[in-house]
Amino acid sequence: MGSQGGWGQSKEFLDLVKSIGEARSKAEEDRIILREIETLKRRIAEPDVPRRKMKEYLIRLVYVEMLGHDASFGYIHAVKMTHDDSLLLKRTGYLAVTLFLNEDHDLIILIVNTIQKDLRSDNYLVVCAALTAVCKLINEETIPAVLPQVVELLGHSKEAVRKKAVLALHRFYQRAPNSVSHLISNFRKRLCDNDPGVMGATLCPLFDLIKEDINSYKDLVVSFVSILKQVAERRLPKTYDYHQMPAPFIQIKLLKILALLGGGDKQASGHMYTVLGDIFRKVEASSNIGNAVLYECICCVSSIYPSPKLLETAVDATSRFLKSDSHNLKYMGIDALGRLIKINPDIAEEHQLAVIDCLEDPDDTLKRKTFELLYKMTKSSNVEVIVDRMIDYMISINDNHYKTEIASRCVELAEQFAPSNQWFIQTMNKVFEHAGDLVNVRVAHNLMRLIAEGFGEDDEGADSQLRSSAVDSYLHILGEPKLPSVFLQVICWVLGEYGTADGKYSASYILGKLCDVAEAHSTDDTVKAYTTSAIMKICAFEIAVGRKVELLPECQSLIDELSASHSTDLQQRAYELQALLGLDSQAVESVMPLDASCEDIEIDKNLSFLDSFVIQSIEKGARPYIPENERSGMFNIGNFRSQYQHEASSHSLRFEAYELPKPSPPPTVAQVALPLPTTDLVQMPEQTYPRETHQAANLPSATHASSADFGVKLRLEGVQRKWGRPTYSSPSASSSSSTQKTANGATHLDGGGTASSQTRDSFYDSRRQQAEVSAEKQKLAASLFGASTVKSEKRQPSAHKTPKGISTSTEKPAVKGAISSSEPPKEKTLPSSPPPDLLDLGEPTPASIPSVDPFKQLEGLLGPTSAPSAIDHSSAAGPKAPDLMALYADAPPAGVSSGSLNPALADMYTVNKNSHETANVAAVKKGPNLQDSLQKDATARQVGVTPTGNNPNLFSDLLG
Amino acid sequence: MIHFVILISRQGKVRLTKWYSPYSQKERTKVIRELSGLILTRAPKLCNFVEWKGYKVVYRRYASLYFCMGIDADDNELEILEIIHHFVEILDRYFGSVCELDLIFNFHKAYYILDEILIAGELQESSKKTVARLIAAQDSLVETAQEQANSISNMIAQATK
Repeated sequence: MGSQGGWGQSKEFLDLVKSIGEARSKAEEDRIILREIETLKRRIAEPDVPRRKMKEYLIRLVYVEMLGHDASFGYIHAVKMTHDDSLLLKRTGYLAVTLFLNEDHDLIILIVNTIQKDLRSDNYLVVCAALTAVCKLINEETIPAVLPQVVELLGHSKEAVRKKAVLALHRFYQRAPNSVSHLISNFRKRLCDNDPGVMGATLCPLFDLIKEDINSYKDLVVSFVSILKQVAERRLPKTYDYHQMPAPFIQIKLLKILALLGGGDKQASGHMYTVLGDIFRKVEASSNIGNAVLYECICCVSSIYPSPKLLETAVDATSRFLKSDSHNLKYMGIDALGRLIKINPDIAEEHQLAVIDCLEDPDDTLKRKTFELLYKMTKSSNVEVIVDRMIDYMISINDNHYKTEIASRCVELAEQFAPSNQWFIQTMNKVFEHAGDLVNVRVAHNLMRLIAEGFGEDDEGADSQLRSSAVDSYLHILGEPKLPSVFLQVICWVLGEYGTADGKYSASYILGKLCDVAEAHSTDDTVKAYTTSAIMKICAFEIAVGRKVELLPECQSLIDELSASHSTDLQQRAYELQALLGLDSQAVESVMPLDASCEDIEIDKNLSFLDSFVIQSIEKGARPYIPENERSGMFNIGNFRSQYQHEASSHSLRFEAYELPKPSPPPTVAQVALPLPTTDLVQMPEQTYPRETHQAANLPSATHASSADFGVKLRLEGVQRKWGRPTYSSPSASSSSSTQKTANGATHLDGGGTASSQTRDSFYDSRRQQAEVSAEKQKLAASLFGASTVKSEKRQPSAHKTPKGISTSTEKPAVKGAISSSEPPKEKTLPSSPPPDLLDLGEPTPASIPSVDPFKQLEGLLGPTSAPSAIDHSSAAGPKAPDLMALYADAPPAGVSSGSLNPALADMYTVNKNSHETANVAAVKKGPNLQDSLQKDATARQVGVTPTGNNPNLFSDLLG
Repeated sequence: MIHFVILISRQGKVRLTKWYSPYSQKERTKVIRELSGLILTRAPKLCNFVEWKGYKVVYRRYASLYFCMGIDADDNELEILEIIHHFVEILDRYFGSVCELDLIFNFHKAYYILDEILIAGELQESSKKTVARLIAAQDSLVETAQEQANSISNMIAQATK
């Protein structure tokens, strides 16, 4: 290859890669790349760049882009290169465009023509290259341009082409289902393809199709089952074996499909039982891929119509996963358990300790998975323990995405299973305090609704007790320095409604607190709006009972400030407040009745109470009413509104629209104080969001009327935000019976939980404490799994007995697990053998293949025809495989340690050592690969890359 | 479905990236940055999976190189782990005891191989032999094309002498 180095590229490119490799920092790397971009820009623009050169430039561009820089200036050259006749260049062109362009890029239209041409090529490699590009580049618009050809290729003589055509069609289906809906029968046909690769590929689109429409594919159940059976019986060519498993990837796909088809269908599931049982029996559980298949079997069993026998097998497999030392398997076990408990919740109890070990594992992934499981198995008896744990975990993490998720889960569980309202409010407070800005606003509405509605029963005393405890806790929480906005809104609302309700706090005290809030959050308009409304309510209640309201100076200054606010909403609230202060007590009481937030208000949409007024006016010569849509003035208002909303959103205020009032408000709830249009000042409890259009239509007339009469503007915002959709499912039913009992259990266990976490850190070594820890764990287990049912009570004692009693053997493993998980280096039971899944690299030892083999002839035809080199390789690799070391063990340990210890060692040494090492390894197990390694070292040095002390791993074999 | 394949070294250097779902250049950089922060810091023996923004990322370490694949939440992680290994075994056969350096300098070849294994985010071929055969066919064709080009240019060179 002459001037080119050992890897077939020019010196320049090798130098580039080398200098990137040696860059010490990201900044240095960026500098080098930017320089490279300049060079490439210049070179590419030169006239008459030789095509071979251009190919190299493109590869360099790919490199630049891979490192995260923009190479868009060269895209057009990549497109041009796809037009080239030479396959070598064409392939490079296709590679570059598929890497550069997303499906919506403008340049794609320039490639479609080439793709069309290439799909017609008689060289199947060209067709393959084009199909690969089709999968990445063809978007919804261009599908019709290539669709007929792709369909035609489904019948191509080369299986590689058929396979890619199937997958291209699948991609089309994903992009635009309608474009290929008439071609779906083709997938069914390809399922019977005599090449297993094509058949396997067809399973991908079929899986998607079946997911969409299960019933149209029920007829295929038998075919899938028989394919799976054949695969499991090793009827496929041996080349599809993977680590001694017959075509595991195809098995997995088939199992996924069967899981869909058998869901809730007794008859279809009946066909599957035998084959599933066979697979369970045959699967090699010592290899990773075997476990992958096993896991998929469990998923399948748990989603089809349950068979008790298979379920039992699945449970066994799951418990093997959970007991495994490998974190991966534990993870899968937890997931599988989550699926199985849907069928039979009792399964979880058997694995309590394993689950708790996972929960306390330092591995975050495992912990999260376990929380997912706990989430699935929450009931009213264990909700307190689980939610407490979740909140603790939530507080401890920084990842906002997951924090949001777990916060919303806490909320969901609390809403669903809350044993008492008190607990619910406390839990919500915690969630808001620590993740307030991440939770849905709806949650805040629900919390306010709960406080307002109380138990919903007749027990007024309990309700007011609930409210005053909420007020107490909020006044306390207000002392905290930083609180999320949503939470402050809730606090303000509650203080406004109930702050003075029980007479414990004086109005001026509450007003002072509210003013403090407004002052401390002067940039948050929503909070200020809430405080203003709250102040207004407090004042109204005071006036209504005949007390005179003395506004504190800071309150007055707040109102003054808001009256001049840029936010019209705040302004309006301030003016309303001032107007309200001027009214007499009777008017105020009807405007702001005490604790009326739950009252329904009947809206008279026709404004019939104005009829007499209207008639009077018309008689006096006023112009009659013109519907809104015919009025030009309407547009102004509409515009004003939208503009206003726009402005509001830029201030991060969220003003959702109103919702239609409930279709039929209960007739018993009469109109509450509806004397005048000012009713709109009153809370409108059931007015929630999506009412936008409607309200917009109604508002103008109301506004006109009211402003004409009073000069008090309508309050458009604020009210509805406080009243979410009625999503809170009142826990009255679920809480009533179990509340007391579980509350006791939970507090007791709570203490246990914290104690255990404290002790865990300090005393791990002593044996006695181990037992203690485990006792704590068992307590936790009992609280999580034991439940408050009679059954659990039977179980709990037995769980408690174990630490003291006879069966120490059952208890010890759990203890050990706990220790090794939190303190890995100290006590390791299995130091020598890495997890089994890593070792199993062995080539399949040929098992006896049944003589009736549909695929075998085909393979015989194909085998020897092409690529002798590949076969050489495989035969060379054959013997070495079984000996390979743990794959993701940290390189060869010797290499790493010596390399990092002596970074100053001469390059030669490292090279020698390295080649020596590989030579050693190779001599032992690799045979011909010794030469490979030596050659590679030689080329590496020829290029100028010498392994340096700081990265000896560049040279170490990935597989070994 | 597999959304992306990323190969990063232990030092956080990118060795290969392939995106099967649309990501802008900015998003790609962000994904790589966040994932390398997440994955490279994980201790050995932990799960080979991390949950990340609603996706799962399955990774596996070979020598100092991490192979990472981003998948949907309902995919089978163990299977993906083996797909990674399948890819590495094929690379190993192709390059003959593959090492990181092979991939650094031959990343385009690694791309070609990956294109034969995965397509549109799905596993397209699970037979190592079939993949090897296709790659070999492509390589041999390329070689003959090169030879032809060389011979033609030789002829032209001789003719013009």
